[in-house]
Amino acid sequence: MTELLIETHSLTKTYGGVEAVRSLNLEVPEGSICGFLGKNGSGKSTTIKMLLGMTWPSAGNGMVLGQSIRDARASVEVRRRIGFVSEDKRLYHYMTVEQMIRFTSSFFPKWRVDLEQQLLRQFQLPVKRKTGHLSKGMRTKLALLLALCREAELLILDEPTEGLDPVATEEILQLLTKMAAGGTSIFFSSHQIAEVEQIADRVAIINDGSLIVQESLDHLKERYRRIQLLFDRDVPQKWLKIPGIEASHADGRAMSVLASSNIDEIVRIAASLEPVSIEVTGVNLKEIFLECVRES
Amino acid sequence: MFFKPNASSPAPIYLQLMEQVRHAVEVGALKPGDQLPGIRHLAETLVINPNTVAKAYRELEHEGIIDVLHGSGAFVRSTNPGRRVQAAVPLVTGLVEKLKSRGLSDQEIRRLFESALMRQVEPARIR
Repeated sequence: MTELLIETHSLTKTYGGVEAVRSLNLEVPEGSICGFLGKNGSGKSTTIKMLLGMTWPSAGNGMVLGQSIRDARASVEVRRRIGFVSEDKRLYHYMTVEQMIRFTSSFFPKWRVDLEQQLLRQFQLPVKRKTGHLSKGMRTKLALLLALCREAELLILDEPTEGLDPVATEEILQLLTKMAAGGTSIFFSSHQIAEVEQIADRVAIINDGSLIVQESLDHLKERYRRIQLLFDRDVPQKWLKIPGIEASHADGRAMSVLASSNIDEIVRIAASLEPVSIEVTGVNLKEIFLECVRES
Repeated sequence: MFFKPNASSPAPIYLQLMEQVRHAVEVGALKPGDQLPGIRHLAETLVINPNTVAKAYRELEHEGIIDVLHGSGAFVRSTNPGRRVQAAVPLVTGLVEKLKSRGLSDQEIRRLFESALMRQVEPARIR
């Protein structure tokens, strides 16, 4: 059994009577890159803030690197062992890039100067500029540099590619895979399904504060199928209630079914209705995501 | 040696990598004894998860296409199923020619092959 680096139990956050995060049971195993997906306002950032000890849970608990997030002192200690990028890419606006790097590195004995120099060149960060005058993309890059150079066991990143162009995004993804190959585990939120699909081996999907999917990306893609049927008459109505069917749309003589399990049985029943054509195809993460957040 | 997989495809990336290796072996681009890139190196080059590369190599070993020797890397196995596939090429070519002589288009032939396969193999899993 792999160790869990992040583990939450019924983690809940209420803001003024509204449940932003509802009874979350999140698991991030050691050695994985876990992508955290959800619409705007679905509870991603609130979850991450609770994991980082920046927001106190209303109910439930969570462990990060074996330490409770309800233990304020342990939480400070844990933050020294993780690299994080928060939603606001928090920086001291009055410091220059150079000062910000020196200030941060002073807290981390294992600070990687080699990586710092490499990233400064790669990101082309203006070292003398005040961080308050950086563009959004530059702020993200600096926040990432500060997170990556401390040689952390775990990275918790809230939208690490926010505001970056496709070239910079690919650079960041490459860096993250490199860190993962070196043994760092990564939990990152994103709006970009394609980048989650590219580097994550696990996916967690949150919708309206509730976790609706949490599993290996390969399993997810192997589980879901779209079944498309064509009839030489109007689509028969009778077989819609079969376990495993997540959604179905009929349009005249064509019918499209999205199923998450029980595929063999669904295809068998579909075939017994004598369609003139059955096509079973795979589904990508975007389609699964859209269907999940629509249905729940 | 490897092409960048299409992450947004419905096929999991590890299956795409396996397919690339199988294909390279079948057409002779990879020969028995050839070494595959290291897991770390390949993950960084293709910008994909190292666990995904490791999984593809594990499955390829399971299928008997490569040998993974700990510490020294992954190698194409000396007796691999590539020849079996090579031997079937004339059969398929002959059939395709016959279908074309009956006036079927490439598209129609492709669909026929696909639907015939669909009927034979259980459709739920790729493996």
